[in-house]
Amino acid sequence: MNLGFSIGDLYFKNPVLTASGTFGNGSEYDDFFDVSRLGGIVLKGTTLEPREGNHYPRMAETPSGMLNSVGLQNKGIDYFEKTIYQHILKYDTNAIVNINGSTIEDYIALAERINKLEKIHAIELNISCPNVKMGGMAFGTNLSSAREVTREVRSVYSKKLIVKLSPNVTNIVDFARVIEEEGADSVSLINTLLGMAVDVVNMEPSLSTITGGLSGPAVKPVALRMVWQVANAVKIPVIGIGGISSASDALEFLLAGASAIQVGTASFIDPQASVKVLEGIESYLLKKGFSDIKEIVGYINRTH
Amino acid sequence: MKSYITAIFAINALVMAKRIEDLKVIENKRLNNDFFILELLGNTKIPDFKPGQFAQVRVDDSAGTFLRRPISIHDVDYENNTFKLLIQIAGKGTKTLSKLVTGDILNLVYPLGNSFSLPGEKEKVLLAGGGCGIAPLLFLAKYLKSHGNTPDILLGFRNKERIIEFEEYIKTGSVFVTTEDGSMGEKGYLTSHSILSSQKYKRIYCCGPESMMKSISKYCQSRNILCEVSLENLMACGIGACLCCVVDTVKGNLCTCIDGPVFNINDLKW
Repeated sequence: MNLGFSIGDLYFKNPVLTASGTFGNGSEYDDFFDVSRLGGIVLKGTTLEPREGNHYPRMAETPSGMLNSVGLQNKGIDYFEKTIYQHILKYDTNAIVNINGSTIEDYIALAERINKLEKIHAIELNISCPNVKMGGMAFGTNLSSAREVTREVRSVYSKKLIVKLSPNVTNIVDFARVIEEEGADSVSLINTLLGMAVDVVNMEPSLSTITGGLSGPAVKPVALRMVWQVANAVKIPVIGIGGISSASDALEFLLAGASAIQVGTASFIDPQASVKVLEGIESYLLKKGFSDIKEIVGYINRTH
Repeated sequence: MKSYITAIFAINALVMAKRIEDLKVIENKRLNNDFFILELLGNTKIPDFKPGQFAQVRVDDSAGTFLRRPISIHDVDYENNTFKLLIQIAGKGTKTLSKLVTGDILNLVYPLGNSFSLPGEKEKVLLAGGGCGIAPLLFLAKYLKSHGNTPDILLGFRNKERIIEFEEYIKTGSVFVTTEDGSMGEKGYLTSHSILSSQKYKRIYCCGPESMMKSISKYCQSRNILCEVSLENLMACGIGACLCCVVDTVKGNLCTCIDGPVFNINDLKW
């Protein structure tokens, strides 16, 4: 059974990755399963300087999902190099760093630093975080900004460049085409959908930032539609993200054209969700009589 | 010798590890309109809980109760391999949990969080709990008792109808009660109970509504009493991955789920 896929010459042993911001730095899940079984882990969004993130409350439960406005809390790239990087060396899987900046210069500086880390084979360029005042989604909702930041990072980063897109745009396909033109090796989508909740008991917004990013099963149909659109428009591998909680959810994305998927919010409810998705994909392929996962990627697009 | 030591460490690591398990409900005991106690049977040996720890409880698969609910470990019975969760019906999730019956299966991620610190044997200690905040204090009281310290226990409730059974607490120390309407014990808030002026405590452990914990914190700070509070911030993961449950501390934003839920009040920016 071949579950592997590649981004250029970077091989992933299977198509199940974890979504940034939902899997910490991996160690949070060590008690629950062998993280090295996954195709890859995408680490928590990292910035040049440490960030405290937004004020509490930063989370609200919504029907079949949740809103968050964490705001990229992280300890910065120095801490990443000194501590987190050393920790993830123990994993026998691809570790991808999700990078964020307030300016293009921030993104460039981060990419240059991470380019030097031998065991990091790819970055996920986050131009889609809805919870920061500067940068983030601003880059991912404006075509010329998306083009510019991808181009600049591409010029300094020699390994695999994945760009994570925002769903908060009129036509996500335009953004996928632009980042492909600028040399991105892969595209991941979707980041969270901008949403809001109000606490009617206390008559105030549920989040300190009023708006936040919606994730979980509630966003899956929207994510799937966008992944299908993008997979039919670009040649680079597409990584599907959005409400994937089960193997069946993951298979929908693969059949629609995603080469790989990321399990996100589901890991909060079941810390073993990602590895269960992996096991389920494998048994589905066995049952259906496929020997290579590539046989099902984009299957629905070939038969119609 | 070396391998023997390694083996002991391995066992310790195994005991302390977080786990995800389906557990059988032995009993769902309704205390009053608002509170119930779920007793759960371990399907393997239950972990060595530390007082103050909690479990992330899966409610069901319905759209309205998507996330797990963080619930304190209320009481532990190692002999029978069971433990209890004291739960207040606060919303849809806890309402659903209140309907569980003997034999039902509940999925838990546990044990989670840090614990209350241990006082010296002779140290004069008070446990102060308001409403559902009394939940982690029973296990703490029993733990203290088994480590040679007999604490005073101050429990605050709104009225007689909302009192949570405290017979078990009496076995571990001297219990004092307040109700807001005076229907049992001293009348008024817990924070104005007479023992707080008549006794000199070295250490106070506190859990309850935020206003109560803040008031107890002020009392402790002005008298230089060591004070630990157990917070109940909104959580998603419970294992330090999502960074949603943060509390503002002198060390920056810390996660209630892994850096807490127990905090020394001197670390909190209250």
